[in-house]
Amino acid sequence: MRFALRRLGFFVITLWAALTLNFLLPRLMPGNPALAMLAKFHGQVGPGTLHALEVLFGVNTQQGLWSQYVTYLHHVFTLNFGPSLDFYPESVMSVIGSAIWWTLGLVGVATILAFVLGTGLGIVSAWRRGGRLDSVLPPVFVITSAIPYFWMGMVLVLIFGFTLGWLPTQGGYYVSTDSPGLNWIFFQDVLSHAVLPGLALLLTLIGTWILTMRNTMITTLAEDYVRMARAKGLPSRRIMVDYAARNAILPNLTGFAMSLGFVVGGAILIEYVFNYPGVGYMLLQAVQGEDYPLEQALFLLITVAVLVAILLADIATALLDPRTRTGG
Amino acid sequence: MALPVSGIPTAPDPTGQLPATVPGSAAGGQPGQPARHALARMGRAIRSNRKATVGTILLAIFVFAALFPGLIAKDDPGADAYQPKLGISTAHLLGTTAQGQDMWAQLVWGTRDVMIIAFVVGLAATGIAVLIGVAAAFLGGLWDGSLSLLTDVLLVIPLFPLLIIIAGYAHGGGTLVLILVITVTSWSYTARQLRSQALSLRRRDFLEAARVRGERRLYIIVVEIIPTMTSLIVAAFLTNALYAVLFASSLQFIGLGNPNTQSWGTMLYWAQNEAALQTGQPMWALAPGACIAALGAAFALLNYAFDEIGNPALRPVRRKQVKRG
Amino acid sequence: MERGAVRAVDDVSFDLAAGEFIGVVGESGCGKSTLLFAIAQLLAPPAAITGGGVTFRGQSMVGLTDRQLAAIRWKDLSVVMQSAMNALNPVTSIGTQFKDAMRAHGVTSKAEIADRSAEVLRMVGIDPLHLRSYPHQLSGGMRQRSMIAMAMLFTPELVIMDEPTSALDVVAQRSLMVQIKELQERLGFAIIFVTHDMSLVRHFSHRLMVMYAGQVAEFGTTEQVFESPQHPYSIGLMEAFPSIRGPRVPLTGIPGSPPDLARPPAGCRFAPRCPQVMDECAGTAPPLYDVAGVQVRCLLHAPAAAAAAASPARAASTSPAASTSPAAGPGTTSSHDSGGADE
Repeated sequence: MRFALRRLGFFVITLWAALTLNFLLPRLMPGNPALAMLAKFHGQVGPGTLHALEVLFGVNTQQGLWSQYVTYLHHVFTLNFGPSLDFYPESVMSVIGSAIWWTLGLVGVATILAFVLGTGLGIVSAWRRGGRLDSVLPPVFVITSAIPYFWMGMVLVLIFGFTLGWLPTQGGYYVSTDSPGLNWIFFQDVLSHAVLPGLALLLTLIGTWILTMRNTMITTLAEDYVRMARAKGLPSRRIMVDYAARNAILPNLTGFAMSLGFVVGGAILIEYVFNYPGVGYMLLQAVQGEDYPLEQALFLLITVAVLVAILLADIATALLDPRTRTGG
Repeated sequence: MALPVSGIPTAPDPTGQLPATVPGSAAGGQPGQPARHALARMGRAIRSNRKATVGTILLAIFVFAALFPGLIAKDDPGADAYQPKLGISTAHLLGTTAQGQDMWAQLVWGTRDVMIIAFVVGLAATGIAVLIGVAAAFLGGLWDGSLSLLTDVLLVIPLFPLLIIIAGYAHGGGTLVLILVITVTSWSYTARQLRSQALSLRRRDFLEAARVRGERRLYIIVVEIIPTMTSLIVAAFLTNALYAVLFASSLQFIGLGNPNTQSWGTMLYWAQNEAALQTGQPMWALAPGACIAALGAAFALLNYAFDEIGNPALRPVRRKQVKRG
Repeated sequence: MERGAVRAVDDVSFDLAAGEFIGVVGESGCGKSTLLFAIAQLLAPPAAITGGGVTFRGQSMVGLTDRQLAAIRWKDLSVVMQSAMNALNPVTSIGTQFKDAMRAHGVTSKAEIADRSAEVLRMVGIDPLHLRSYPHQLSGGMRQRSMIAMAMLFTPELVIMDEPTSALDVVAQRSLMVQIKELQERLGFAIIFVTHDMSLVRHFSHRLMVMYAGQVAEFGTTEQVFESPQHPYSIGLMEAFPSIRGPRVPLTGIPGSPPDLARPPAGCRFAPRCPQVMDECAGTAPPLYDVAGVQVRCLLHAPAAAAAAASPARAASTSPAASTSPAAGPGTTSSHDSGGADE
């Protein structure tokens, strides 16, 4: 219980830190970026936008810093970011709403797959120490884990998209011909568009999981309780899963959650390379188009998503490790 | 971004127990040994470990290219003096860009920018990490609490989006801005690792001995502890350098660096801009990306090798006949 | 930083009769734990058995596959390790770990499992409701005793114990030893008990083996070895544990440290530390001599007249894969071991 409260407290603090960072950054930069943007538009923006900019960036405001902060927090918690500049007059929230599903699908599935496959391969590789799997995987994946996400994407585009022409390389679906709907054609379309970016993400992520799982597994296999399990005459599979893997996976779960921050970064780049209409792509567009309200909202969204994922991983750890539950 | 490979859990350990293995703690080993000895041992270890050898050779190649680019590439990378979009030939080892610049020259000269970023950020971020990690471990109490909190918060906040936003506000910056921004945000991961190791060292006897001798805390930290942590500090440097290269080139790729600097990331930016892949100039995109991957691999291999050196259990095992029945 | 192969156990040979309690004593690094794991076929790479054999109930154990061993493991031969905190799976309850062992050997009825689990726990004085507990929730003593209870699940013929009391305080140690002896007498299993503390097994073991630097230094009945130790090392060990009731004597230790087993000395391994060392000791490696029924590896006992007892062939030259036990009968374990551990 105390553990859960501490973690919750940590999240609240982190969330607060992200919010405050978001609030302070534009005000700290030499020359408020919003002012520059306004100048570009010659001050011709709708009233909704002006108000949003005032709250988020402190433009044109009469309020002191502290009351700005309070108003800002209020707006954030009521999810009121005002209209987006790029997609004017659509509100920031509705713009995000359309993009979020694409990212959840692509990044969510690819990450989970990478974790599951990577962990599984790592377990087997460590179990058969010195076997073929173990001698091939580690060096290969040490190298692939250093490959930048976007480059992997570009290579895949080149091979499968242009040279072989098997799969589409742009967007979430064929915008010109299809319209979203619950029909088989659209579904197929979405899938075929998701293969390459998903694969790029999967391949770059999986290396790290294989390697960290393998290493923790090797350390776990040297533990006395594994030797004890052998002494009891338990079947190999059981030892590998119940005694070794269940213990080895614990530190990796939290590591998985922590790394989600990095996964997000990689996802952004992959979406960019493939023009995939997700949250990451949108963030880049927002930054390039100086759509500040959208930018800020997306940043906060991503941060919250990562925090939630970490919370989920913590819950999973607590479920799997009795020592955390009883404060051992 | 690709994660450094290490068995260390990257999270606040919910069980409150320190990780079972902290790389570098075994190799760091002998108390109070001068840094000289540690480096000599490292030299020997590098030669005997294949991964380390490959990594070192790769790294050496890039360092050489950064220091003496003129020796390898004769052309001026910025001069759009040639016919654009030429293919590979003996005159242009990689062909030319859409603006008529020699790609090979760009690649080689771009190495300098990348290496500067890698080493400066690597050193600076590691310096911060050592400072904060060791201070947290040794000052303990409220200091530890707040420094650890700061580290953890910065660790959890998604760095790349943050970098994008900051770089966006700065309207894209040159190498210096990139260095600053990346250093300030990316030290937290290695700070955690260092703090872990420092904590485990704290309880060891040779420190008790120093305390009993009456040495002051600062002396203990600088003269006894930091040399013992040498191999983990080196590993942290490699990690931070790797991150720096990946982050910087990613930012440049999406256009948030200064597109006029000679760097691998900016090459990729222009390649993407000119739709290099679609228009049959794959080298433009592939070559700089391959270099980033190779340099990253060099750092990662060295890091992995250090893991093995520090934790003998991870070393390759001679294949014995283990009967599974 | 390769050191080359280390022969952790060199030419250790003994027969164990049913219900017999053998204590194996020695300092850290003398190879006693390796010996135990070798007997139980629990060595993990890079350690391996490089010579000699282990015969259990007439069957050779070396070279069996895990699957073949599984039938014997726990049913006939169980193991108790040094630290229960490390030897018990931290994420599953005690009851689940008992259940695992039983299910692996064909016991599937839930009732039977529950009954037997409760029964063995009661045998060691623990309330069966602790079957639901996790290892970290129990005290050190309770953990050790539940490990012993687990070892009793199938009432095996042989229980191997690796310093099971080292992690406990003196009072708990004594109580645990009494419990172990009582179980042994009640259920009739044989015990090989490894410890660094001689006085612990004094009143419990039938025979006592003193190991030094991977070899047998002295081996005889407990009484003989305790009352009249023959090997200078055993003598030194005795003197290091002065009697609490006897006259006050200055504490003596054995100066020096054991040799590096990667490069064992040519002669007697104890020579550098021996208070009774002679000139020929450094150059001649003593075989085991028989001194009134006690085997002693010391040149002090090498009279030309007393024929050396048949000391087993050195592992370096020939090593039969399995040795047959002289008094072949049910419940006999014989072990002729030259286990090696590669660096």
